[in-house]
Amino acid sequence: MTYSGTPIDTMTIWIVIIGMAVGSFVLRFVFIGFVGRRTMPEWLLRHLRYTAVAMLPALVAPLVIWPSLTVGQPDVPRLSAAAVTLAVAMISKNVVLAIFCGAATLYGLLYLLGSGI
Amino acid sequence: MSRNTNLSYFWKGCRNSVPFIFVAGPFGMLFGVLGSEGGLSLTQVMTFSFTVFAGAAQFTALQLMREEAPTVIVLASALAVNLRVAMYSASLTPYLGAAPLWQRALAAYFTVDQSYALSIVQFEQGPEMTLQERVAYFFGTSALIAPLWYGMTLTGALLGSTIPDSWALDFALPLAFLAMIGPMLRTPAHVIAALVSVITVLLAGGIPYNLGLLVAGVAGMMAGAWTERYLERRVAEA
Repeated sequence: MTYSGTPIDTMTIWIVIIGMAVGSFVLRFVFIGFVGRRTMPEWLLRHLRYTAVAMLPALVAPLVIWPSLTVGQPDVPRLSAAAVTLAVAMISKNVVLAIFCGAATLYGLLYLLGSGI
Repeated sequence: MSRNTNLSYFWKGCRNSVPFIFVAGPFGMLFGVLGSEGGLSLTQVMTFSFTVFAGAAQFTALQLMREEAPTVIVLASALAVNLRVAMYSASLTPYLGAAPLWQRALAAYFTVDQSYALSIVQFEQGPEMTLQERVAYFFGTSALIAPLWYGMTLTGALLGSTIPDSWALDFALPLAFLAMIGPMLRTPAHVIAALVSVITVLLAGGIPYNLGLLVAGVAGMMAGAWTERYLERRVAEA
């Protein structure tokens, strides 16, 4: 797989790795380590409940609609594969099965449409 | 006797984590491949997986670095993706909070989707479990998966650029995330949170410094929280 664009600066990579190592640990340790048995405000918990379901779709949507390997053009195999994966995941609640069905759709359509990539 | 039951809970944790081999394995390998594709050295890829130990956040950081987002935005966005582990930590605290500090610190490191999901179910179903049994079970759920995650990251990083374009690996990440999102859409509030965040991020293409992801995430969280409260009030009034 060829990667287009300028390589990431080494210093930046190390700053991100160290920052994330520290940050991720603090996020995980903050409650179990510091908060202990004290309860947290309801409004905060209410928002935290939706972090994953808000962040992950926002990360994925642009990648599905403007995929980098097709130089930002939406394409049928990728859009179809995304729709199949999400539908199977919602219905079956089985992550592995959903990925498998999505990959089968992607490879099947790439082959049938002969788009090369 | 208690040492025996601790050990049996450790093994039970291991056994229950087996299905996750098929999630963590490919995911770890994909991070290795995309990391080395993106120009990270073997040391950097491995340090990343070993110290951060959070798949979704690692992928987010990698994607934003490739888009040349400012470092602060990369960190803020990737940590926001990982905010949910803070919630897991909060939710595990009543069960593990009384353990010694070093065990809690180690447990914090191993708090990921899979160890949390398995443990919280086990703890809720087994109120008779002792603290040590709960700790043993929790570590059991990571005993297989964590080494697998490191090993598959290494495999992926070594394979790296030998993987041809025709494999369409660029799309493995979106598919993996979509597969994770599906089961999360349990309630109308979750669906609305996801919809609002997607609409926001697509409209926010023009926001500089790749801030779109953070803005969309916050908008989605607020939409989810509001919907939840609205629906609760409707039920209370009915």
